[in-house]
Amino acid sequence: MSTTNTFVQNQEPKVHDTDFEVRSLDTMCVSDTEIKEPWYGNLKYLLIGVLFGIVFVKAEIISWFRIQEMFRLQSFHMYGVIGSAIAVGMLSIFLIKKFNIKTIHGEKIEFHDKKFNKGQIYGGLLFGLGWAITGACPGPLFAQIGTGATAVVVTLLSAIAGTWVYGKFREKLPH
Amino acid sequence: MLEWLKQPWPWYVAGPLIGLTVPTLLILGNKSFGISSSLRHVCAACMPAKIPFFQYDWKKELWNMFFVLGIFLGGVIAAWLLSNPDPMVVHPNLQAEMAGYGITDYSGLVPNEVFNWPALLTPRGFIMMVAGGFLVGFGTRYAGGCTSGHAIMGISNLQMPSVIATCCFMVGGFIMANLILPFILSL
Repeated sequence: MSTTNTFVQNQEPKVHDTDFEVRSLDTMCVSDTEIKEPWYGNLKYLLIGVLFGIVFVKAEIISWFRIQEMFRLQSFHMYGVIGSAIAVGMLSIFLIKKFNIKTIHGEKIEFHDKKFNKGQIYGGLLFGLGWAITGACPGPLFAQIGTGATAVVVTLLSAIAGTWVYGKFREKLPH
Repeated sequence: MLEWLKQPWPWYVAGPLIGLTVPTLLILGNKSFGISSSLRHVCAACMPAKIPFFQYDWKKELWNMFFVLGIFLGGVIAAWLLSNPDPMVVHPNLQAEMAGYGITDYSGLVPNEVFNWPALLTPRGFIMMVAGGFLVGFGTRYAGGCTSGHAIMGISNLQMPSVIATCCFMVGGFIMANLILPFILSL
């Protein structure tokens, strides 16, 4: 009867193995910590976001034109950015695993394996089409709005709508 | 120093800084780097509509909303204090192609001729902003991640599904930019 946000945690989904029930497939943005921090603990993520946003703008990663150059093979810039980010990320994860580095709270750092499903192909292609149109993945949308391209708010709202429609029809889609 | 910071930063500075976000988030609080899930958290928080996909404790993922709010503020700060006074330099072939669609303004990071409020009422603007955004939101969630979650975090963690997803992102992008977008831009 209640229409408020009641979290049905154990509701049995019809489509298995594509999302947080098996967290590995959607671990991005999923917090693995068991530690309950006060809300202001989140301010450190705000600060990292700010630095990250500045890099986005100053390296022109959020530029629609740089994305067009990337997909026309006219510039190495975006390949250099993504490639070196992956290289540094890979080395970091290797070191974290090898030396069993803990979080600042002393927790063990968790990694999850992702399982293949066809969504990575269909969804990947659809996102690729959208990426070349908007010149932005989800992160850059926020930064583009910040630089004053206010009409991109529409793109962001539409992306949220797209996410919602995916959630609504998820069980009917091939995975 | 400030003059140097105002210049566009090269890829070998920006890429490693973005890569360092991965261990920073892990070490600060066991958070896996990824951005597109913020869109899902917005759905879960604002309009869950009894859809199972949105029934989870989004408050536990609040850190992610702080992170994207920070990205927005980073955009504000960079545009306000560190903005490059010169127009963007792009490949001459791209410039020639864009001139054919009436895009000649390189003062912003998005083409002002396309991404503006009045343009929403034109077929070109509507497709670029509304349909484009929809594909980004729908596609990333269907794929289970975006450039950050799959291409950077996933590949860094040697995940084959992330390699496949990233290849599909690129294929979709190449098809759109070279085969479909020229048609949309000339609308």
